[in-house]
Amino acid sequence: MANEGKRIYAWEFPVRFTHWINALCIFALSITGFYIGNPFMYAISSKQYIMGWMRFIHFVAAYMFLMSVIIRVYWAFVGNKYACYKVWFPFSGEKMSEFVNALKFYSFMSRKPPYTVGHHALAGFTYLIVYMMFLFEIISGFALYSVNHKGAIWYALGGWLTASMALQMIRLYHHLVMYVLLAFTLIHVYFAWYSDSREKNGLMLSIFTGYKFLTGKESDI
Amino acid sequence: MNFPSDDALNESSETMEILGHKGISRRDFMKFCTGMAALLSLPASFIPKIAEAVSSKRPYVVWLEFQDCAGDSESMLRASKPTIAQIVLDVISLDYHETIMAPSGKQAEKSLMDVVNNQKGQYIAIVEGAIPLKDGGVYCCIGGKTALDIAKEVCGNAAFTINVGSCSSWGGIASAKPNPTGAVGLGEAVPGITYVNLPGCPMNVENVTATIVHYLTFGTLPAVDERHRPYFAHGKTVHDNCERRSHFDAGQFVRQWGDEGHRQGWCLYEMGCKGPIAHFNCPSIRWNGGTSWPVQGGHGCIACATDNNWDVAYPFYGRLPNVPGFGIEKTADKIGAGLAAATAAGLILHGVGRAISPKKDDDNK
Ligand code: HEM
Ligand code: SF4
Repeated sequence: MANEGKRIYAWEFPVRFTHWINALCIFALSITGFYIGNPFMYAISSKQYIMGWMRFIHFVAAYMFLMSVIIRVYWAFVGNKYACYKVWFPFSGEKMSEFVNALKFYSFMSRKPPYTVGHHALAGFTYLIVYMMFLFEIISGFALYSVNHKGAIWYALGGWLTASMALQMIRLYHHLVMYVLLAFTLIHVYFAWYSDSREKNGLMLSIFTGYKFLTGKESDI
Repeated sequence: MNFPSDDALNESSETMEILGHKGISRRDFMKFCTGMAALLSLPASFIPKIAEAVSSKRPYVVWLEFQDCAGDSESMLRASKPTIAQIVLDVISLDYHETIMAPSGKQAEKSLMDVVNNQKGQYIAIVEGAIPLKDGGVYCCIGGKTALDIAKEVCGNAAFTINVGSCSSWGGIASAKPNPTGAVGLGEAVPGITYVNLPGCPMNVENVTATIVHYLTFGTLPAVDERHRPYFAHGKTVHDNCERRSHFDAGQFVRQWGDEGHRQGWCLYEMGCKGPIAHFNCPSIRWNGGTSWPVQGGHGCIACATDNNWDVAYPFYGRLPNVPGFGIEKTADKIGAGLAAATAAGLILHGVGRAISPKKDDDNK
């Protein structure tokens, strides 16, 4: 209990920065991507450039998103232990029981929150899956992009996928994963708020300021 | 410009004489050569080379048909500028073509074997139709020999093979699910041969002609992509060169057949046009001598030159494929909306659970 009330710097600047850039990019990519899939606005005059701008914004956001993901993955190797890539692979025995505890806590089967400064095992594993989805959106997105942009860069970023996956399937899954990410976003924000309301550790504020407040029960200071 | 010298191309050269009989002037011939240079993206300085090559060399050609509809033969014969068809059919020496040749039966097979035996490694094989591999290949036999055996013998001894149409390129409609005869394209059936694919349903005769002209002029096949399709014909998407593209960029889409947008010639994207994923030069060379092409006629592209288009570009009137494992009524967007709604409902339920469950955590107990 000695640490109770102490501030601890959990999320370093690159972590918070990439978090918000990702959020912004995914928002922009989803809106414009949805338009590309379902052009819900119709131009009155052929002088307009609605689809053109949507695609332009989609591609600019795509490059930003790519950079942000690269920075975050780099930081997983050089940042502090809460940003470390190891958090994404909670497969040790201890971590597995933390995983089960977190699941129980979220489903009201237990009232003991998984006190941690960084991510608990369930969260870490979820981010592994989310990053896999990011990776898939990037690879499939650049695969679609490479159809009109022949070049080694675009081939490396995703063009190679067209050799093993039909373009129509790439389009379909690129589209479907958007909805999975949307569902993730809802769950993510809701459970951040829920955990904060139960653990009272300033979690919701921490992604803005970087600081969390210790309750004294954390296992990973 | 430096046109070929008169002895290469004078009115009395063998080719010009043949063409003259068909009512084709030297001027028509030069127009043809110019068109070919343009199609192959060659500078104008190559026109004389093309003219010289086409008028001086007469390759032997055999045309095989397997599991096909003869649509590529039709496409060849119906080339509406008769000059092109005549040039191709007369300059090349088409020695075997089941649909249009005069001999039949044993005689026909003999003329095929004559070419194979006497022109080994010299002749061009053109293959139309898929090759069935199932049950020992019994589903396509000619003169008692399976398509596979004929292909091995004829294509194996050719200088190279041109696969015309989707069936010989990758299996075509014969290989669509459930592919009852085990049909595959020539490249897969007879590995190791030199070939170029000119898929499409049917292939465009201009591209066949240009491929042969390229060979006659340079002695090599045109550069191809990883699916063995020449870049000059399949290097760009239909969408990139489509005349409706400005409507796509603007955001003007046909929403229903026959609506105002359809009558205005707007983009067919929402009607399931597969132009964005189809690589073909239809928008630039068009069909039937440049008369029109599907999108110009108001119908979306079905990606006929794309591998497995009957399976992967389906449904033809929907933009995305059906989601595997869901009924055909369920589009990606319906499933996505359902997923989002289910998630939101789950979270609201969870919120209710939170409100009624005990507030204080009991971790100290
Ligand atoms: C969170 C990330 C992303 C989301 C949610 C997203 C969403 C979408 C959606 C829904 C579509 C419409 C697909 C269709 O129905 O045909 C689309 C199209 C597309 N996306 Fe993304 N996307 C993302 C990232 C990317 C990235 C990183 C790239 C990389 C360049 C990219 C490139 C493309 C391209 C090229 C298209 C097709 C555009 C066209 O056909 O004109 N996307 N995206
Ligand atoms: S009609 Fe088809 S190919 Fe043409 S611009 Fe529209 S989607 Fe692209």
